This record gives sequence, structure tokens and C-alpha cells, in this order.
Amino acid sequence: MSVTTLSSPALAHRQPSWLVRLFDYKPFLIAMCLAPAIGLLSVFLTYPLGLGIWLAFTDTTIGRRGIFVGFENFQYLLTDPLWWNAVFYSVVYTGIATFGKFALGFWLALLLNNHFPFKSILRAIILLPWIVPTVLSALAFWWIYDPQFSIISYLLVDVLHWRSSNVDFLGSPWPARFSLIAANIWRGIPFVAISLLAGLQTISPSLYEAAMLDGASAWQRFRYITFPMMMPILAIVMTFSIIFTFTDFQLVYAITRGGPVNSTHLLATLAFQRGIAGGELGEGAAIAVSMIPFLVFATLFSYFGLARRKWQQGEAND
Amino acid sequence: MTDTVAQQGIADAKAAPDTMAWDSGLRRLMMIYLPLGCFVLILLFPFYWMAITSFKPNAELMNYRDHNPFWISSPTLAHIKHLLFDTAYPRWLWTTMTVAIGSTTLSLIASTLAAYAIERLRFRGSPYVGLGIYLAYLVPPSILFIPLATVVVQFGLFDSPLALILVYPTFLVPFCTWLLIGYFKSIPYELEECALVDGATRLQILRRITLPLAVPGLISAGIFSFTLSWNEFIYALAFIQSGANKTVPVAILTELVTGDVYQWGALMAGSLLGSLPVAVFYSLFVDYYVSSLTGAVKE
Repeated sequence: MSVTTLSSPALAHRQPSWLVRLFDYKPFLIAMCLAPAIGLLSVFLTYPLGLGIWLAFTDTTIGRRGIFVGFENFQYLLTDPLWWNAVFYSVVYTGIATFGKFALGFWLALLLNNHFPFKSILRAIILLPWIVPTVLSALAFWWIYDPQFSIISYLLVDVLHWRSSNVDFLGSPWPARFSLIAANIWRGIPFVAISLLAGLQTISPSLYEAAMLDGASAWQRFRYITFPMMMPILAIVMTFSIIFTFTDFQLVYAITRGGPVNSTHLLATLAFQRGIAGGELGEGAAIAVSMIPFLVFATLFSYFGLARRKWQQGEAND
Repeated sequence: MTDTVAQQGIADAKAAPDTMAWDSGLRRLMMIYLPLGCFVLILLFPFYWMAITSFKPNAELMNYRDHNPFWISSPTLAHIKHLLFDTAYPRWLWTTMTVAIGSTTLSLIASTLAAYAIERLRFRGSPYVGLGIYLAYLVPPSILFIPLATVVVQFGLFDSPLALILVYPTFLVPFCTWLLIGYFKSIPYELEECALVDGATRLQILRRITLPLAVPGLISAGIFSFTLSWNEFIYALAFIQSGANKTVPVAILTELVTGDVYQWGALMAGSLLGSLPVAVFYSLFVDYYVSSLTGAVKE
């Protein structure tokens, strides 16, 4: 009797319950660990991505299942001046905004790479535009761009006397386009600057010392050390920046909603207007799908950036 | 740049010519502090303008001739009072908070497990799973929102904050997983081996050893997820219809912008209040935030 009472707990200790053993079985554990992430991503990302491409080939509207119509949606888009307009503005918006963000962001990163007091506080403050919800800062820009009570107009007209009338920021196409680009650059600078600053801090000071011994000027040190060493990180940050600028939605939707006269529509806002607000899901999906080639191009750009990094630093370091 | 300045400083100290020191100081002022000041001014001005507008009475707001627009002569809480008591703003804040916390929790759990499996359980093909999750980060919401809207309707989740809690992890999980893979990499594998030798199960190792060591990474990922889901706009705009269930960014834009005369005071007060929680949250954890941002880029 006493033997059995003793042995059963001892046995239980040696042979854990089947549940514990199951969770220690590696393939099962791997499956269980990956299940939540893979499940969420496939239901809400991969499936919708495929569904979106399928929808682009149908004439689905809200409340009606569509039928397959082949390339009709795309053929229609090719004849649609509004779509061409959105492609044009998306490219211009991405091009100018990315250039502005990187030029100013790189400059800011170089400035922040110096030693001065309160550096960490400054770095924290600089990230603010990136932390605050884009729509809310876009509203602030909307108010700054107000036709009547714009603070910029006030400065230019009443304080500096450079102009005699208020600036019409959002009333006509080109000023509206550039106003949006300015807001986008404002929002993007912190991210670029802080990411590039992290890259700058990894560059070994001995490289600069060696270059200075060889008599390199400040510009030469920037051109032949800083810039090539920053190439890999520049490529990655730029890819992200291009992808998220090209598919930007919030700024334009909050400030102009595509106006005046549809001149500031990006592909994303046009897709929203047609697909959700207008109910033409098929056509909206086709507009969204038409962004994919541009995004693939941007990703390849990143890939070659990474490849270059391997080539520079040797295979082992990645 | 720093080195030249430093070298000049040394040279100055030896020769001790006052003009040279002054020259170097001036040069530093012109090359560093002046541009830096301009950057900070421009980057912060919209927030200043937002804040000052929300406390200005309407009379001052529309009259730049008699009142200096850069300052408030008679500050008022009228806009904030209007926002809190005449609109559903507290409700919107509450919804946004629920959605942000819910989706952050969900994605932290999912990505911790995934990162652990990819980095520590090491199976055949684990790098490819990691790469797949990374690629998921490159799919922007602007492509997905139309088909996702139909998926959400199919699941009967349209107009429910639950839809947002389930959808936000699509952009949170890839980021968090990559961040945590990086963190797990930095934890010595020997610790886990010791535990294995001592007879701990894999789950015990994860709970007792790996997770406590990865707390900084978890905090970074959590803060990042929280701000990203607080700021999310396009899904919330597409999936939520009724005024009461909207999140703050969507509600301000669709519920407060009415008619031709914009209530700038109330709009800016709403923006200020909507930005404050993330700003406060961010200021408490700045270092984690910066390290997660830069860590993810370097990865």
C-alpha cells in the first residue's frame, strides 16, 4: 500500500502529463507559436491581397456580387483622365517629397551628429511630428493654409510686406499640390533624420581620422566616407519612405480630399473615392492594384541596396 | 565636422588668440545652432499653432488686426468644454484607447511567439518565414482597404471596433516580429541551454528566461504598436460608419468638420487632445521608442 502511494507521485514527476509533453514536442510547438501570427496575417493580409486582385477583374459594387469582366476595369482606367492625373500627381508627390525629406533629413541628421547640450531632449522633440496622428497634424496644416486666416499669409502680407494679397494655398491646382508636398516633407523629416542618425553613429571615427591625415576636405570626407557608408541604410529607409509616400492617403484626404477639381488626387484617395465612397468596389480595387507595379519597383530598389551592402562588408556580416 | 571644430579648439588653446576662439564659436553657431534652430522652429510650429488656436476665443481667432495672432490676450476653455460636453469626444477617445490597447496586446502575443519560433526553435525554412513576415510589412494599407472592407462585412464585423482590433495586427505583427527577433538574437543562447539541461520545457524557458530578458524589446514593440494603432486612419475610416464607434482621427475629420464655416477652435482643440495621449505616452518612453525605430531600420 505504502509503496503505491509513494510511487505514483514519483511516476507523475518523471512522466509529465501528455499535454506538457505535447508542448515540448518541437514541431507541435513551432506550429503553435507561429499559428497566431500566420493566422492573422493570412486572413487579414494575404487573403485580402488576393481578393483585391480578383475584385479588380470583376464589376463588384457594394451590395452586389460582381462577375468576372477581364481587363475591362483597367482598360477603362487607361482612358480615364482622372486616373492619369492621379498617377502623375502620385509620382510628382513621391518624387519631390522623397527628395525633400532626404535632403533635409540628412542635413538634420548631420547636425544632430554633433556634440551639444540637451541633445537627447532635442532628439525627442524632433520626432514629435512623426508621433502625432497624421490626420491631426494635417488639420493643423489645413488651418495654416486657410485662405483667409493663414498665418503664413499674415506673415508675408502684414509683417514682412512681401505680398499684397493673401496666398491662395489650396484654391488652385499647383499651389495645392505643393502645399500638400510641403506638409508631407514636414511629417517625413523626423523619421529620416533619426534613422540616418543611427546610421551615422555606426561609422567608425577612425575612417575620418585616416582621411584627415591624408588631407581630405570636409566635403571629400562627406562624399567618400559618410555617403558610401550610409548607402545601405539610405536604401532601406528610402524604400520604406517611397512605398509609404506613394500610397499616402491621410494627408491628402484630410487637407484637400483630392480637390480643387480633382487635381490633388493620389491613387489611394482616388481608390477610396471610387471604391468606398462611390461604391464601385471593382474599380476601386483596380486603382489600388495599379499601385502594385510601382511598389514592386521600390522593393527591388531596396533589394539592390541590400545586395550592395553584402558586397561592401563581406558575406559574413549581414 | 566635429573633428575640425575640436582640432581648431586645440589649436586655439595653444596659440590662445581670442579672435580665433570667437571665430570658431561663430562658425559653430552659423553651421550648427542656426540651422538646428530653424529645423526645430519649423517642426514644432504647427503644434504651437494648434495649441494656441485651441485656447483662443473666436473673436481673436478671426481678427489679426487687433490681436497679435502669435499670442492669446484672453485665453478660454470654451472650445475644450464644447468638445467634451457637446460632442461624443470622450466616447471617441475611449474607443480609440480600447482599439489601440486591444490590437497592441494581440500583436505583442502573436509576434512574441512567432519571433521565438523563428529565432530560437530554428526549424527548416525559418528564415523564409521571417522573410515572409518582413515582406508583409511592405504591403501598404492603401492597397488592402477595399478587399478588407468586404472581408470585414463577410465576418459581420462592419462598424465594430473589434474589426479594427483584428485588422491592425496586419501592420503591427510584421514590425514587432522583426524587432523581437533582433532582441532574441541578443540574448545568449547558453542561458536556454542551461535551462534545457536542467530539465525545463520549452514553454518554461520562454516564460522564465527569454521573456524576462526581452522586456526592453517588448516595451519598445508595445509603444510602437500603441502609437501606430492610435494614429491609424484609413481602415478606421473605411470600416466604421456610426458616429459613436469612430476613432479620434476619423471622428474629428468627419464629425467635427461640418458646413462651410469651420470651427477652427474646436477642431484644433480636438487635434490637441487627440495628440496628447500619444505624446505623453511617447515622452515617458522616448529612449525605447528611438531604439526600436533605429533598431528596426538597422536590422
